[in-house]
Amino acid sequence: MTLPDIDSTGARAAVPGATLLEVDDLHVEFRQRSGVVNAVNGVSYTLAEGQTLAILGESGSGKSVSAQAIMGILDTPPAVIRGGIRFEGRDMLTMAPEDQRKIRGPGISMIFQDALSSLNPVYSVGWQIGEMFRVHQGASRKEAKHKAVELMDRVRIPAAAKRVDDYPHQFSGGMRQRVMIAMAIALDPRILIADEPTTALDVTVQAQVMDLLKDLQRETGMGLILITHDLGVVNEVADDVAVMYAGRIVERGTVDDVFTDAAHPYTEGLMKSVPQVEAKGGRLQPIVGQPPNLAAIPSGCPFHPRCTHRRLGAEAAPGRECATDVPPLRLVVPGREAACHYSEEVLGA
Amino acid sequence: MPDDSLTGATAASAADAAPARSRAGRGEPLLEIRGLQKHFPLTQGVVFKRTIGHVRAVDGVDLTLHRGETVGLVGESGCGKSTVSKLLVALEKPTGGSIVYKGDDVTRLSGRALKAYRREVQIIFQDPYASLNPRMTVGDIVAEGWSVHADVAPKKGRLKRTQELLDRVGLNPDYVNRYPHQFSGGQRQRIGIARALALQPEIIVCDEPVSALDVSVQAQVVNLLEDLQDEFGLSYLFIAHDLSVVRHISDRVAVMYLGSIVEEGTDAQVYTTPSHPYTQALLSSVPLHEPHLRGQKDRILLQGDVPSPADPPSGCRFRTRCWKAQDICAEEPPALVDRGQGHPAACHFAEARTVVPIEVAE
Repeated sequence: MTLPDIDSTGARAAVPGATLLEVDDLHVEFRQRSGVVNAVNGVSYTLAEGQTLAILGESGSGKSVSAQAIMGILDTPPAVIRGGIRFEGRDMLTMAPEDQRKIRGPGISMIFQDALSSLNPVYSVGWQIGEMFRVHQGASRKEAKHKAVELMDRVRIPAAAKRVDDYPHQFSGGMRQRVMIAMAIALDPRILIADEPTTALDVTVQAQVMDLLKDLQRETGMGLILITHDLGVVNEVADDVAVMYAGRIVERGTVDDVFTDAAHPYTEGLMKSVPQVEAKGGRLQPIVGQPPNLAAIPSGCPFHPRCTHRRLGAEAAPGRECATDVPPLRLVVPGREAACHYSEEVLGA
Repeated sequence: MPDDSLTGATAASAADAAPARSRAGRGEPLLEIRGLQKHFPLTQGVVFKRTIGHVRAVDGVDLTLHRGETVGLVGESGCGKSTVSKLLVALEKPTGGSIVYKGDDVTRLSGRALKAYRREVQIIFQDPYASLNPRMTVGDIVAEGWSVHADVAPKKGRLKRTQELLDRVGLNPDYVNRYPHQFSGGQRQRIGIARALALQPEIIVCDEPVSALDVSVQAQVVNLLEDLQDEFGLSYLFIAHDLSVVRHISDRVAVMYLGSIVEEGTDAQVYTTPSHPYTQALLSSVPLHEPHLRGQKDRILLQGDVPSPADPPSGCRFRTRCWKAQDICAEEPPALVDRGQGHPAACHFAEARTVVPIEVAE
């Protein structure tokens, strides 16, 4: 593991900029007896080949639901999905279910946070990895098992040929996550969505798994969507970051820009509230209050009840009253968008 | 602790604390753990159970907690840090070693003395969703300890006392009759803190108290714990796997691997000059938050997984994954002593090395 056996000339050079995925004004709501839960409220982004986009947010920010909508694994109903999701130019929301199924796997695949509950305990891992080839490519059992061993080697599971018939409970947490990654990359997807892939893992194992994902991306040039709440993981792995709050993207830009000087008060608050390993630091400055209830999102800017930069009533500029006017996601400085009426004041603050 | 300590009479002393909260002048040793062991038997057979081995969850831990200080205990899952917390609050009986609290060996206490110890050493659990009884109101949860330790709060003023406690941890006192499901994760953790405070403890063992919380809420709870410490003079044993949070809150840090402590020192010693290879590897794995520091730290990727505590390696526990391992490491377990690097580390070849780039103070 110390010396990744990847040739450094790898395919990372794949033309950056070839757009793989366009998400356009995506809305997801869940109709429940008690009311409508607005999980995702108008999210737009694009993902290019070889790009790593981090979606950063806390629980309930809509980061996982938006990914599940892209993957097409939300049950409708109860979920209602609106907007556009285009994979290589084709709208996935309007296409027939069997065409969608053909994209899932070779086009887009996904790994989840909890590897143990995502694996079936009564089948061997080799069988579960091989299923990708049996179902999508009509491979025989023998071929599928052979390919499963190859994949387990590729995700650096030691003694793959011996362990292919083992069951999920016989693997450690990090190894199970590698099995999940093997399944996800089996069909050489163009896009890999990783939903909190290392949250359940210890830091030393987290570092191994993140390294593996980056190496695989370098080999295949796939686009990577990394969903996480961990600022450190975003900083170390991603090129670009979209910060989500209450189902909206509140800030977007390159990781360097956003982490150096946030343009949205929520991003700024997150940075200040997290202790860092580099320094002991003074007292933490938490964001006051609680994340909003998605069934009753505050009016105007959803962050205004917790915001330190808000302007209410008379002190607000016309059309920029935080409790009534919803701030659009707008270009603040080149390369950076933020959904705040007063981003210029937050920048450099 | 003064009897009126919860009414806010002593709150003034909290405000004038220095921002960096350096408590250099720490008090006398309050709790001394020496050679603590907990071996769980592994059995085979249904009717006639035979012991076929032991899981050495905790295997010789030495740790001292002074009055008013916070000791952080870090380690990865399975290293035995939660077992240490259970041993400390007497939820488990150790199989060896001693826990000396105010001069008495807790492992030998029983009856009234053990009851008194249990009142003075409280615990906050990790999962605020699983550690509160869903069928009890918040008021009942906070006040439950008083039904065992009736002398702490006279029967008459208990409701008022409960409300004061809720107010102190930042919850609306009118919520005494609500149930846990009506609260968010951060609020539930506050309920757990109020419950621990109700018995006026000397020590609170915090077992991963903020791991289950969102980052913006995590900081609120960390700050609350710091305020309560200043106000009531509490000592914390803060157990966590998040190295950043531990560095922030702790005065001293102990790093645990496979049942024993491999390195111990002040937060600055352990984080800026880690000397045990495991500590170095652990710190090098923590993702940094500053873009300009990216790529500046040493990357040490460990091989393989943690060995099973049922069959630990001979000699040094870490030698199977260590890049410095020599023959002596398999033969002789290294003692946790200072080998010239300024603080104790359990490695024959301990050597200070800076892994995390040091942030220039702003």
